[in-house]
Amino acid sequence: MALTIIESCVNCWACEPLCPSKAIIEAKPHFLIDAKKCSECDGDFAEPQCASICPIEGAILDAAGLAVNPPGSLTGIPPERLAAAQAEIRAR
Amino acid sequence: MELKVKSQGGCASSGCGSSADRLSHLPEAIRAKVNNHPCFSEDAHHHYARMHVAVAPACNIQCHYCNRKYDCSNESRPGVVSELLTPDQAVKKVLAVAANIPQMTVLGIAGPGDPLANPERTLETFRQLSEKAPDIRLCVSTNGLALPELVDEICKHNIEHVTITINCVDPDVGAKIYPWIFWKNRRVKGRKAAEILIAQQQKGLEMLVERGVLVKVNSVLIPGVNDAHLKEVSRVVKAKGAFLHNVMPLIAEEEHGTFYGLMGQRGPTNEELQTLQDACAGDMAMMRHCRQCRADAVGMLGEDRGHEFTLDKIETMEIDYTAAMARRAQVHAEIEANRAAQRTQSGEVFVSLASLKRPAPKKTETRPVLMAVATAGSGVVNQHFGHAREFLVYEASATDVRFIGARKVDLYCSGGDTCGDAETTLQKIIRTLSGCEVVLCSKIGYEPWGQLEAAGIVPNGEHAMEPIEEAVAAVYREMLESGRLDHAPAPEQRMSA
Repeated sequence: MALTIIESCVNCWACEPLCPSKAIIEAKPHFLIDAKKCSECDGDFAEPQCASICPIEGAILDAAGLAVNPPGSLTGIPPERLAAAQAEIRAR
Repeated sequence: MELKVKSQGGCASSGCGSSADRLSHLPEAIRAKVNNHPCFSEDAHHHYARMHVAVAPACNIQCHYCNRKYDCSNESRPGVVSELLTPDQAVKKVLAVAANIPQMTVLGIAGPGDPLANPERTLETFRQLSEKAPDIRLCVSTNGLALPELVDEICKHNIEHVTITINCVDPDVGAKIYPWIFWKNRRVKGRKAAEILIAQQQKGLEMLVERGVLVKVNSVLIPGVNDAHLKEVSRVVKAKGAFLHNVMPLIAEEEHGTFYGLMGQRGPTNEELQTLQDACAGDMAMMRHCRQCRADAVGMLGEDRGHEFTLDKIETMEIDYTAAMARRAQVHAEIEANRAAQRTQSGEVFVSLASLKRPAPKKTETRPVLMAVATAGSGVVNQHFGHAREFLVYEASATDVRFIGARKVDLYCSGGDTCGDAETTLQKIIRTLSGCEVVLCSKIGYEPWGQLEAAGIVPNGEHAMEPIEEAVAAVYREMLESGRLDHAPAPEQRMSA
């Protein structure tokens, strides 16, 4: 049971100090999670901390390989509404 | 009847610190705090430099105008840096810059994330600097979310200036700007997130004011989102004791990868920005000289000398800070002597109100004129037209000369310009100067002279080395006397001032 950081990570450091298991490794080209240490914050927090502050949709995957923050989840605009939202914003 | 050109209008009409005497109404203790702070005093920014150190990468909120991928060295905008520094590296860099650029008086921590979301790194940098470089003012910018909890920590490090970015006081407006915040170990989204952020910002502002810290409020003007709302923001923060309000234009380009950039949100025109700043000015002092600098900027506000102080370069610099401090004190004394001389000189410039009105007897008021100025600092007209990377725009009228804002002529990023490939640099400059009828510089070449004149902008190199506001007043007087103010400006000049 562990989360994974993938290449869309922008190395912003936000997750690193939050990890209760010290599982986040500063690395190039992007940060990594030590799978042996990661507990997905079980027992420490209701939600995994790294995925709760990560600003990039899709940069952190769960144990099943699915994005914890899927497309649209952080902007608040689901992909199917993107075109409509864009039209509204362009009209400003 | 005689009318003093410079100091008419005072603080409210021109933003505190548009000239040194506009600070004169402030209590001595506050004047001393802002006198050499280039961001808190417009007059100071002609003479003193600042630097930011990028020690704070993490952020606890998301703003729709920000992209956390911050590695482009060609862009100049908040949140962008080239090298992330540890506190030790940052301290070394500050001492190196202070020794090499003695007019650098202020060290700010402004990101690239939120400085208070990285309290250990930020506070460790301040702790070391307050010990090693007591002659440098320390200041910090924040989105305010973590501010209330850290106010006392901040005050411990002798920080007298704090900037809070407050884009709204209404959570419904906030929900369109902030998609989420990280709060008490959870991601909070939507209106609820904005509500918490706003409450924390306002509480932090109140706590800082209680402790005597000068607070500048930055607001990003986002057309169609908070433009109508910012007057209310200005009123609220003023009532709570903020010192200065800085309304900045949204920067949103597709290539920046921000939400607003990708979605096609537009930034405000120069005219929209100025109109809003003027509308807020009734409530409080407005800052108009902000250059929206990078989180690792070094130098005078309009310039960035960061490339001279990269990690590999400062590694080899040996700094004797005791000697540097003595030299810095000497340079600061020279600057102050120069400023005092300029003030005395400008006090002697008077224009007779009768002479101002004589050429336009049918009008009760002569029209104001915008003029662009090329300056390399020290508050005088001293830059060659072709060397200017930005122009300062002033508005001259029959009653005063006031600073309107700075316009960059090499925009943030060289790629992806929307104005078409065929446009030459000179044509771009002319477009940037739209609304201006005169450009003041120390010298100008034959080719740009002709093209500027053809575009209705009269180049003027006759006031080289004169204090800016005096030179602008003198040109206004010449225009008045020659009858040029009897006519409205050419149509293309009336647009988008």
